[in-house]
Amino acid sequence: MCLAFPATIIKLDGPNATVEFHNVKRDIRVDLIGDCQIGDHVLVHAGFAINKLDEEGARETMETWTELIEIMEKEDKKLKNDQSPE
Amino acid sequence: MEKDQLIKYSELLKNYSLKRPLNIMEVCGTHTVAFFHTGVKDIFPEGLNLIDGPGCPVCVTANGYLDRAIQIQKEHEVVLATFGDMIKVPASYTSLQKLKSEGVRIEIVYSPMDALEIAKKEKDIEIVFLSVGFETTIPTEAVTLKKAIEENVNNFSILTGNKLTPPAVDALLTLGEVKIDGFILPGHVSIITGSDNWQFLPKKHSKPSVISGFEPKDLIMGTLRLVQLIENGEIEIDNLYKEVVTEEGNRLALGFIEELFDVTDANWRGIGVIPGSGLKLKDKFSLYDAEKKFPVTMPEEVENKSCRCGEILRGLITPPECPLFGTVCTPREPVGACMVSFEGSCSAYYKYRK
Repeated sequence: MCLAFPATIIKLDGPNATVEFHNVKRDIRVDLIGDCQIGDHVLVHAGFAINKLDEEGARETMETWTELIEIMEKEDKKLKNDQSPE
Repeated sequence: MEKDQLIKYSELLKNYSLKRPLNIMEVCGTHTVAFFHTGVKDIFPEGLNLIDGPGCPVCVTANGYLDRAIQIQKEHEVVLATFGDMIKVPASYTSLQKLKSEGVRIEIVYSPMDALEIAKKEKDIEIVFLSVGFETTIPTEAVTLKKAIEENVNNFSILTGNKLTPPAVDALLTLGEVKIDGFILPGHVSIITGSDNWQFLPKKHSKPSVISGFEPKDLIMGTLRLVQLIENGEIEIDNLYKEVVTEEGNRLALGFIEELFDVTDANWRGIGVIPGSGLKLKDKFSLYDAEKKFPVTMPEEVENKSCRCGEILRGLITPPECPLFGTVCTPREPVGACMVSFEGSCSAYYKYRK
């Protein structure tokens, strides 16, 4: 029930907006996100934008991902080396 | 993310060798379904057990709530407006779907604003909106109600059945019936609550947790990171959904909730009354509170004794362990709420059963 989909604001009129996602347009409300403008990427739930997508945050998440993978690959390699016969 | 990269990362999860068997819980019903339909659950390494949490609002709504809604409709001839998820849920004696098939007008809406629009257009009917849902949904209901109050829409009211997720997770751990090593926290709930609202997990219960999105890469990364936190003894919350989740949450949305609602105790199906886990409308808005506006004589609440939805919601058993699962109880003919909701654990197990 907490499903939300990402969409882009293409029209704005006070608390009302139109968003587009994969060529589907939908009228929503933007009361919950404060300042916003056309072109903003938002997450939509039950007819309301519940937050803007933060590009920097997205990049940070990707960095964590990359770091995590590097650590795991290193550990994986170490494990394989430890297991290989001397 | 490139497809070959995703395959590579999937391999990492699949081949991960755990130091000891681990139980992790995904709190959110949307995660429950996502783990199944992306296939990420199928590549869990040996010894990693995913326990479904109480994160499906429809599933945790006790019969008494729907019984009241139905009784209000019967005694006061109101029009109930509801999210589609609630329509098939069996109450003690009937369901909204059965009522609808008997000719009772029930409006299924996508947004609470749609329910308000009906009330504004049809002044001669009373619209009662079934306000269920967790923190993700509550602000949308709060804004709608605020509009109704501002515009003096007197034929609109809400029946509050809203619930707060952190107190429920706290209660599960305090009950101590099931051993959980760490949590995958709900991404969209956390947009509103913020990651700080979950700090009781590491601080009070010493449980590491991650906040995760819903894409396959998010699920894989969230799972791997959680396992890493548990194995390294790092008792903290790692927010892996920073593009939308902040520490303090959506202050604007939380403000709307605080303006209209007071925190109260709430009855969760299968768990019972959890202190501070529900919301009620502030007294000054009682004209918009369907429970006060339309007093009813409540019928006795009856639960189907053979349905084990409650134990499933507490993480004690998996759906296939219930004798009704897949035989008497199917998505077409659901006995319990966990089979009704698309996000219910039983429904997900049934849909993706091998």
